[in-house]
Amino acid sequence: MPQIQIPSPLRQYSGKQASVAVPATTVGEALAVLVTQHPDLKRHLYTEEGKLRAFVNVYVNDEDMRYLQKEATALNDGDTISIVPSIAGGCC
Amino acid sequence: MATLTEAKPDAALSNDEILRYSRHLIMPEVGMEGQQKLKAAKVLCIGAGGLGSPLALYLTAAGVGTLGIVDFDVVDYTNLQRQIIHSTDDVGRKKLDSASDKLKAINPYLNLRPFDMKLTSANALDLFREFDIVADGTDNFPTRYLVNDACVLTGKPNVYGSIFRFEGQASVFATEEGPCYRCLYPEPPPPGLVPSCAEGGVLGILPGLIGVIQATETIKLILGQGDSLAGRLLLVDALGMKFRELKLRKNPDCPVCGTHRTITQLIDYDQFCGIRGQEEPAGNDIPAISVEELKKKLDAKADVFILDVREPHEYQICNLKGYLIPVGDLPKRVNELDSSREIVAHCKMGGRSAKAVNFLRRAGFTKVYNLTGGITAWAERIDPKMPKY
Repeated sequence: MPQIQIPSPLRQYSGKQASVAVPATTVGEALAVLVTQHPDLKRHLYTEEGKLRAFVNVYVNDEDMRYLQKEATALNDGDTISIVPSIAGGCC
Repeated sequence: MATLTEAKPDAALSNDEILRYSRHLIMPEVGMEGQQKLKAAKVLCIGAGGLGSPLALYLTAAGVGTLGIVDFDVVDYTNLQRQIIHSTDDVGRKKLDSASDKLKAINPYLNLRPFDMKLTSANALDLFREFDIVADGTDNFPTRYLVNDACVLTGKPNVYGSIFRFEGQASVFATEEGPCYRCLYPEPPPPGLVPSCAEGGVLGILPGLIGVIQATETIKLILGQGDSLAGRLLLVDALGMKFRELKLRKNPDCPVCGTHRTITQLIDYDQFCGIRGQEEPAGNDIPAISVEELKKKLDAKADVFILDVREPHEYQICNLKGYLIPVGDLPKRVNELDSSREIVAHCKMGGRSAKAVNFLRRAGFTKVYNLTGGITAWAERIDPKMPKY
């Protein structure tokens, strides 16, 4: 099953899990399964209009899905989806 | 990789410098030519904090000739867990003064250019033009976008690093061919959705790891050696001790470096990012109570229910003997609260409890108030024995 990597700022909304296995054949499906399993994640990943937020990037393995087929990108067993939100800290 | 600085005759090394840099000079990848490039190089470091500490220390030790540092902050006790350029004795001093002492002690050949100011849209372009490379060690989104855009507009590489809790990111943006920060993240998160380090915490070692990666990339750019992180985003997970990298592409639709540019000068970045308070979302319309008023009520044995919306590990540091429900759990645990009682909600600074008060008011609670300034204000003004964190 494809795995979704949850970055630490969002783990508080995924039951503290760092990685979630999702039965899905496309990226869009995988994210839909994820937010169904963990509804608190939804508002952090999607806008109220249901669009993926602009500061959340989704990678399939090491490729940005924006440069693949976006949410329609097909998934294979063993693929890793990474959610990479922007972080600002440098802690001045 | 293109070399940024050419070795100049005036960058010739003295015998003392040759001795100092001997471990560089005997490596063919650096050698005399590389060391002279380092000496001729001008690097601007934004911030002398967590990332800026290792950056400035290593660049100085390595023999970078001119180092600019922009910072207007003062050293405080909470900095010392990670900002290793500052010492306990420096608390209360300007970070620039503290950093200058350490850097000059490490390398007297350094031409240090301290800039005691906030980087703004008004001063960034002129400042960046005086340097070859900019290393971004800032801690907030408006400055991140400002640094990026100013680097693109002046054609200076942006050596980027960012940290949160146990994770870090590093890359090199705004090289001639490579993507910029906006190609990766066209927009910042709305204020309040992503916690800052002050709210979320950060492992003290993490800025060390990421700052040293930034210093490494800076030195490689100067030397023109190796493969830079341009076009790659390095993700560091210190808990799993995993280093991964993702491909970055130049976005043809990028508003600042794409083919149809809409940003051709610096903008108002506070407005662009939504002004981000320390922890406080604009809370003027949220019913609030001061720590003094709460103290009076408690002394008078009034019926006040204190609701602590922090996390359990914060409760262990200090507490007001309140009832603990972390703000994230409030929706599913709201039935534990009695809406007929007067409730005072608090967190560390007042930000999370403002959200809690908002939520409870919408849920029909009418006698719920936010403790202004949180338990930090209580420790400062009511109980000086209480630890602050």
